Parts: sequence; C-alpha cells; structure tokens
Amino acid sequence: MTNHWVDIKNADLVLIMGGNAAEAHPCGFKWVIKAKAERGAKLVVVDPRFTRSAAVADYYAPIRVGADIAFLGGVINYLLTNDKIHHEYVKHYTNSAFLINPDYGFKDGLFTGYDEAKRSYAKGTWTYQMEDGFAKVDPTLQDPNCVFQLMKKHFARYTPELVSSVTGTPQDQFLKVCEMIAATSVANKTMTILYALGWTQHSVGSENIRTMAIIQLLLGNMGMAGGGVNALRGHANVQGITDQCLYSEVLPGYLSSPAEADATYEQYRNARTPKALRPGQMNFPQNFPKWFNSLMKAWYGDHATTETNFAYDYLPKRDAPYDIMQIFENMHQGKMNGFISSGFNPLAAISNKHKISAALSKLKYLVVIDPLSTETSEFWKNYGEFNNVDASKIQTEVFRLPATCFAEQDGTFTNSGRVIQWHWKGADGPGESKSDQEIMAGLFTRLRDMYKKEGGAYAEPILNLTWNYTNPSNPDAAEINREISGKALVDLKDAAGKVLVAAGEQLAGFAQLVDNGGTACGNWIYSGMWSKAGNLTARRDPTDTSEHKIGQSLNWGFAWPANRRILYNRASADINGKPWDESRTVLKWLGDRWGGSDIPDMRPNAKPEENVMPFIMTQEGVGRIFAPQMAEGPFPEHYEPFETPLARNPMHPNNPKATSNPASRVYKGDMEVFGNRKDYPFAATTYRLVEHFHYWSKHSDLNAIVQPEMFVEISRELAKMRGISSGDRVKVSSIRGHVHAKAMVTMRLKGMKVDGQTIYHVGIPIHFGFKGLTKPAQLANSLTPYVADANSQTPEFKAFLVNIEKA
Amino acid sequence: MAIQALQVVAQSATTMTPPASAAKTVHVAKLIDISSCIGCKACQVACMEWNETRPVIGDTDGTYDNPVELGANAWTVMKFNEIENAQGGIDWLIRKDGCMHCEDPGCLKACPSPGAIVKLDNGIVDFNSDKCIGCGYCVAGCPFDVPRISQTTNKATKCTLCSDRVSVGQEPACVKACPTQALTFGPKDDRIKYANERIKDLNGRGYDKASLYNPQGVGGTHVMYVLPHGDKPTAYNGLPADPKISSTVGLWKGIMKPIALLTMAATVFAGVIHYAIKGPDTVDDDHDDSKKS
Repeated sequence: MTNHWVDIKNADLVLIMGGNAAEAHPCGFKWVIKAKAERGAKLVVVDPRFTRSAAVADYYAPIRVGADIAFLGGVINYLLTNDKIHHEYVKHYTNSAFLINPDYGFKDGLFTGYDEAKRSYAKGTWTYQMEDGFAKVDPTLQDPNCVFQLMKKHFARYTPELVSSVTGTPQDQFLKVCEMIAATSVANKTMTILYALGWTQHSVGSENIRTMAIIQLLLGNMGMAGGGVNALRGHANVQGITDQCLYSEVLPGYLSSPAEADATYEQYRNARTPKALRPGQMNFPQNFPKWFNSLMKAWYGDHATTETNFAYDYLPKRDAPYDIMQIFENMHQGKMNGFISSGFNPLAAISNKHKISAALSKLKYLVVIDPLSTETSEFWKNYGEFNNVDASKIQTEVFRLPATCFAEQDGTFTNSGRVIQWHWKGADGPGESKSDQEIMAGLFTRLRDMYKKEGGAYAEPILNLTWNYTNPSNPDAAEINREISGKALVDLKDAAGKVLVAAGEQLAGFAQLVDNGGTACGNWIYSGMWSKAGNLTARRDPTDTSEHKIGQSLNWGFAWPANRRILYNRASADINGKPWDESRTVLKWLGDRWGGSDIPDMRPNAKPEENVMPFIMTQEGVGRIFAPQMAEGPFPEHYEPFETPLARNPMHPNNPKATSNPASRVYKGDMEVFGNRKDYPFAATTYRLVEHFHYWSKHSDLNAIVQPEMFVEISRELAKMRGISSGDRVKVSSIRGHVHAKAMVTMRLKGMKVDGQTIYHVGIPIHFGFKGLTKPAQLANSLTPYVADANSQTPEFKAFLVNIEKA
Repeated sequence: MAIQALQVVAQSATTMTPPASAAKTVHVAKLIDISSCIGCKACQVACMEWNETRPVIGDTDGTYDNPVELGANAWTVMKFNEIENAQGGIDWLIRKDGCMHCEDPGCLKACPSPGAIVKLDNGIVDFNSDKCIGCGYCVAGCPFDVPRISQTTNKATKCTLCSDRVSVGQEPACVKACPTQALTFGPKDDRIKYANERIKDLNGRGYDKASLYNPQGVGGTHVMYVLPHGDKPTAYNGLPADPKISSTVGLWKGIMKPIALLTMAATVFAGVIHYAIKGPDTVDDDHDDSKKS
C-alpha cells in the first residue's frame, strides 16, 4: 500500500475493484466501515460477482473478467473529457508536461518497436526528448508530443459505448461509477483504491494497476490522506517476503540482481545508479551503491571491500529467467534434480496442476518444509479421482521436514501498510517441528561443512558467508533483525568530525549508509527498525500523533521506509507547501523544514521554491503517466485474457497480434493447450472465501465446519441452460483438467452483453483439495492456464475458459 | 461493563417474586447491525471456540449457510438470502441467527421443568441443563425456532449471551470476534441510541425503511437488529415480522393454568363435599352379577 490500513478511514470514496476486501481482509475492512460511519464515505464495488464487499456497498457495477483496463481506460477518458482532474497537481507532480520522442507511436494495438518473434519490445522510441542532459518539458501541456496530449489521444478510443461493449458493464452503471470517481478530483476530496489478486493475477496484471495509478495521479490522490493505490496483501507476511526479495530478479530492498550482461561490478553498479532527469530532483535511487555495498558487507563481511568490489563475483549472474513459472517449466523438461518447497504448496498453488504434477515426478528429490501435510508433499500418492497418479511410476524421493508455524516462533510480520510488527512466540511447536530458521541453518551449516571437507565448484561464496550467530544452527530472530536493520562498522562522523554512530552500533536508518564499506545492512528499506533505541517493531503505542486525528500512530511498530506511513506525502501539499486539504494535513512547509503528521518523504529542508518534486524514487521526481519501464507499453492498453470467450479483441478486431498481451511469455507446448470458446464457452475465474486461507485452513475443524465443501457459482441463466439446480453435483472442465463441485445458483452473477454476445461467468473458489478435513476435491488449479503477466510473471489464474455440466 | 452478580428474576414452571434489588440492574443488549455485517462467520467460530461446541463437518447445500440450521452444537449461524431491490439491483441479506433473549420468553413459559429455564436480571435467558428433561416444549414455545435438543445429552441448548463472560464484565465471544463491529454489546438503552444513529446513516444512503428490530410482541428482546429493510423482516431468512408466543403456550401456561388449577381444586372440593354428605361409595348385593343364571 502507498498508504496504510487506518488511513482508509479518511477516504471520501472507497473503490474496491480487482479485489474483495470484505472477503479477504475482514479485519482491515473495519476501516472501510469506519470511513462510511464516521466520514460519510461512499463504497463502490466493481466486480464480476456481487461479493461480500458489494453486500455492504453503496453502489455495485458488474464487469467481465479480464476487462479492467477497458473500464479504467474509460474512466481516464471520462475524466479528461469532462475536465475532472486536479490541474495543479497534474501539471507539477506528474510527467504530463514531458516531451516524448516523436518516433514513438501506437497503431492497431501495438506500440513502436515490437519484435513478434521475441514477443517483446525494443524501447528505443519510448524516450523523453532531452536537452542538456535533462528531459524537455512543455508546462502549457499543449505540445502534441507531450505526455498529456499523447495520453488524451491514447484514451480517446475508450468511449462509454465501446467500454460498455468490452466490459459488459451497462453504460449507465459505468458512467455512474465515473461520476463518483470524478467527484474526488477536487483538492479536498480523496478516493482510495483497494485491490488485490483480482488485478494482479492476469496476463495484464501490472497494467491493471498502472491504469489505476494514472487515475489517482490525475485526481491528485497520491500522497493524500484517504488516497493512494493500495494493494491488500494476502498472507500475513507476504509483504515481508516481497521486501526481502526472495526472487531471482531482485536482492533485498528491491535491488535489481546481476545478470550475465553485467560482467563487471562497475557495469552492474552504473546501470543501476541513475541520473536525475530534471534539475534539482532527489532521484533517490542514486544512492544504490550505498545500499548494495552495505548489503554485501552484511553478507560477506571482510570479504566485501572496495578492493574486492564488495564480493560482486560471489553473486550468481542471471542467464535466464528463474521465476516460479520458469522453474516449473525447467522441472517439466527434466532439467532439475531437486526442489526445496518451504511454506509453499505448488501442486495446489500454481496453474495447470497436471503440468506441476508431471514436473515434480521428474525430480530426483523433493524437500517439503511445512507445518502441514500438504498436497505437494503427497503429489505422488493416489487419491482416486482427486489425485489420479500411479505411485509406482514416480521415482521422486520426498523428504518432509516439519516446521513450526508463526505462533511458535519469534519474528516480525510486515503488513500491507508496510508496518513491521514483532510477534512473540506463543507456544512450542509439536513433536519434532523446528522453526524455519533452524531448518535452513541446519541445511546451510551441513552444506558448508561438506564444502570445507570435500571442496566443490566455486565454494568461496558459501564458505565466506557471514554466519556469526550466537547459535549458528539456530539463529535468533532478534539477531537476524538487527543484521537486516544495519550497523556501523567504523565510527560514522558528521562534517564537523562528531561521531554520530560508533562502530558496532545500530544505525538510525538508511540515510546513514555509506558506500565505502563503513556500514553493513541486510535490507536498506528496513533500516532503522532496530536502532540504538532498540526493537522499534515491538512498539505498541496506539496514540494518534496527528493534529487532525487521521490515524497516524507513528509509535506502533515501524513502517518502512524510515517509519513513513503515507508515501509521497510531499504531494499532499501544493507547490508552496500548503496542504491541499488542511483538515487532513499530512505534510506542510513550516518555514524552515517540512513537518506535519508523518515523516516527510522529502529532504526535510528542501524549500518549496527549490521545486524538489514528491516522487523521489523516480529519476523524474514526478509521477509517471507515461512509463517506458513496462514490458507491454508506456501506456496501458486493453488486451484479452489468453483464453477469451470472444473471437477477437474488440479494441483491435483486425490485428490478431494484439488480441492478448503481445509481451507475455508463452512456452512451447502451452500455446497449444489454450482452450477454445466453442468447447469451453464460459468465462471462469477463481477466488477466495473468507472462511479459508488458501490450502491450509481446510486442515482446521472450525474452518471446515463453516465452509465444508467445494462449490462453484453460476448465474440462473447458465443454470437453466444446463439444467442445473442449486446443490446439484456438477463437473467443470477446461482443456487442462476438471473439478467436481456442488452448484451454487445465484442472482449475484448475471449474463453480460459483451461485444454482441452474452458471456456467462463461472466462479470457482480455490480452497479445496485432497488433504484436510473438508470434503475431498480436485484442486482448482487443475483448470487454470500456464501463462502470466509480462512484468511480474504472475499467472493468469483469474480469466480462462471452461465448460460446465451436471455430473 | 462492571462485574455483575446475576440474579434470577423468573424461572420455568415456578411462581416466584424477583428480588427487589434486581429491578435496579441495567438491562444489556447485543445489537446486530446488519448494514456493517460482511457475513464472515467469525461470530460462529468464536461461539464454537468459547463454548467448545462442534457440529459435524457437513455438506454444502448450494448456499453460503454452513451449518444450514441452528443445532445443539451450532448456537449461532449466518443465513444468506438474495433479493431484488427497488432500484433493479440486488441485495444480499446476511443475518446472524440465534437466541433473541426475549423479555417475555416463550421457552421459559412453555417449559414444564421448574428452574430449567431462567431469566436473569440483566435480561439474559439461560438454560440450566441439570433441570432439563429434554421434552422439547421450549422448541415449540419459541417464536423464533431457536432451542435445539442434543441427540447425545437429551438436553436443550442455545446461545447463552455468554452469561459466564458477561457476569465477569466481558462482552460475548461473538461480539469480541466481530471484525467490523457489526456486533456491539452494552446497556440496552445505549444500544438503542447507537442503532438510531446507524438508522439515520442508512436513511441518508437510500434505505428509508431502515429500522430497529426489538419486537414488542415478546416484550422487546435483548438481541436486536438494525434492519436496512425494516419493512421486510421476513426477507432476512424468515425473521418473523411480529413474533408472539404461540397462543397454545400462552393459553396453556397463561390463563389455562389458573383455570386448570381452579378446576382441579373444584373437583377435589366437590369430592370432599360428596364424601361428607354421602359417605364412602358402597356396592349392593343385588348387583352381584356372579349370581345370575
């Protein structure tokens, strides 16, 4: 979230789209209830189904699965056509005035630079016009090549009529939602958007969110109380795992990891240390060397010095993608020996279950670290129709290492609002279970001993890894937290020579990091969470420290970065430093510095007349309406899901190359198993229920009692077509597999008029499987396609084709 | 709320005078604000955990209702209903079902076992299992069809409004667990005030028929609802529009009881008079049928 949970109560309009906040976040949802009850806020829900969130909403509008960019593009067009934008904000705080290379273009659904064979773009034309090393701007926003005019042109095609045809949302309902959103373009009204996997789990997932970010910039809602673009994370610590960057493409703190092309440390560092694109901008990523060098100091201690290029050679260099889709593709091709699955149930959680099952069957060994007996740990075992495998043909050796669960160990959670909270062990784990860190430390120390005794290919990165824990076989969570937060290795002095932090002391934050080996820090964005003052994540002072009681509890836990609760909060004030809305002041210029109800997301003494802009993590300093960083285009465009119920993309009916995301990776062998609309005529989606969490909670009797059995939701029209009544057993199939379920015939789904045909949805909850106390079922991912978003590689779980019949 | 020493003010099948001090006890109420309820079932789970009750893991019947009905081990269940609304859209009505803790409880009136059902001075209606004979009269007597007889213990059970927690100053388990504060608990007057604020908010959002459900036909209840569709309580899975204790129970335990007692007393009295006047009944030899030929 750019904002945080409590801040939701400050909104005038809460939009829930691409998510179902009441269902998936019942506790956090109380802030939406508070916004309604205490501020008179309105709640709007846009979703293929009338959900639990819709049940308490002021307005609900239906939308076809996978059509969100069309809807939101229509909103942008509405705002521009009706001049419902925050002009001053757009002019100063976005790149709307920047001039774009005149060779940039967009035609028939493709941007300039498309390479069809590679399914990717050469971005040479997606550039700013430059002068004296800075991007050129037109503050009047009239130049035909300025971002503002290009945006107008791009979204002019998203008329209400076409939007209604593509999305299936009746025009009057679409316009009503537009009206409600447009009302927050004034300086003292804000909208918050709460989204989740309904946006991310699509082949256009990143662009779904991008489109909303553009809307929030046009409305001036970024950096404001009750505003922002707010991802509601799932698992209690998925934000923590994301921030520690346990992905091959990034190192902790979102530092892009080295690729083969980064042959030397200098090349690697220079490519990631950008220059400011406008005069006087903070361009905070210019501090990259401090963050990377301090990270390597934490990992490799004395082996990471200026002379050794901070042990750069110890890091693996990416030669190919290694996201989870690629890993299972490699596994499926027989290229992997082993796999460690830690707190992860891929047989259930990754798309195309049969592919995953076949892949796991090719491994020599599988290690499952988990508190529960999961489907993955028994992928080899026949469970009749629910897991129809022949164990005698599977040679994989499976090791199960029982792990403790969160209540059985100390540590921190990082919530959706970036607040890091320490939690204390409540009980011992059962039997022989060990904590994750004890298991991992056990594996590591044994491997290291083997390398010591037997040698091996390039053993130095393993032998020289810092491992100074009091108990190397079971590191203490507090020790690890201190390591991540960072410390000084030498006395750090100010300009006058006074010692700010003595050698060995914990740092106050990332502002104290240096690039010459004087500091060690395991994750720069978490720096400061364990300072000289102690464990700030353990603080539990709920006092609202803000003047207007907007819910800023600065002494509850520690928010990254630097305990900032609302990101880009400089944008909450005008260019003179006066808050756009004084009744909800976040930040204001106090005459000599910035202050207010949050830690300034700005150099504290940056005078307003210096024009240091709020989006300090960009080279431009301003929010990007035009974003060349994206894989499929600098502006969002509607593309159909790979399994679409339509014969074409109604935005580009004459260009089959632009039917679905032109930049999404599709593996050989997967293109052939996309379902066709004749055999699989219905648009399916998967989702969560409040009674369960993924595949775990079905092991708990209380959860199983309140939601015991797999069901699918269909409209009355579809039920009539197939002769199905509520409670009947049905079979839902895609080209890849099938599930059996009880039918739930509901008014909350309706047939939708899309591009001249009627589309019917089938709604599929994900939580059921062949382990646990609920009635056994086939895993929902037996149905889903193996294709993903072009930027994040998140699979398209949420839009595919199925057929349904009475069983 | 302060710790309360709860006193009994009424008992099943017993004539009693409530202790005078009981009249001063503040009546409590649980308010269920349906407009803030997301149907998450945290209340169901909290109730099961606190009371250590577990119904069987059942089947899905094609609705979100699980279990589908109240039961001996399911003292509260969420009931879901879909209706078309006046604007041409739909409303998803979600109601937490369970004991209403009536001021004039039909279960207590119907129960033939002295002291098996009690009403406490704060309004809570509680079951004493020791005295329960499992006859099921309470089930018939309840206008809301709430009590259930356990198959294993043959005792009647229902929501206790967490009388154990309330007596030490804590709120009921369901109220504590509710994430959106759709459930609140406290003095009944306070809850009515809060309900009226909620109704005002609902009126401003187009629910002009929103109202407080506190049915006077049973003397008012200690579990109340804020109903967004106050004019259509039955749309909420059969919440009765004007609940009253059934006339049979009312009659039987009401006016019929003194009449029956009077009739029995009159019969005994008549027998005594008859004996006094006519003496004991005798048998004549003439009526000896064994001598007939």
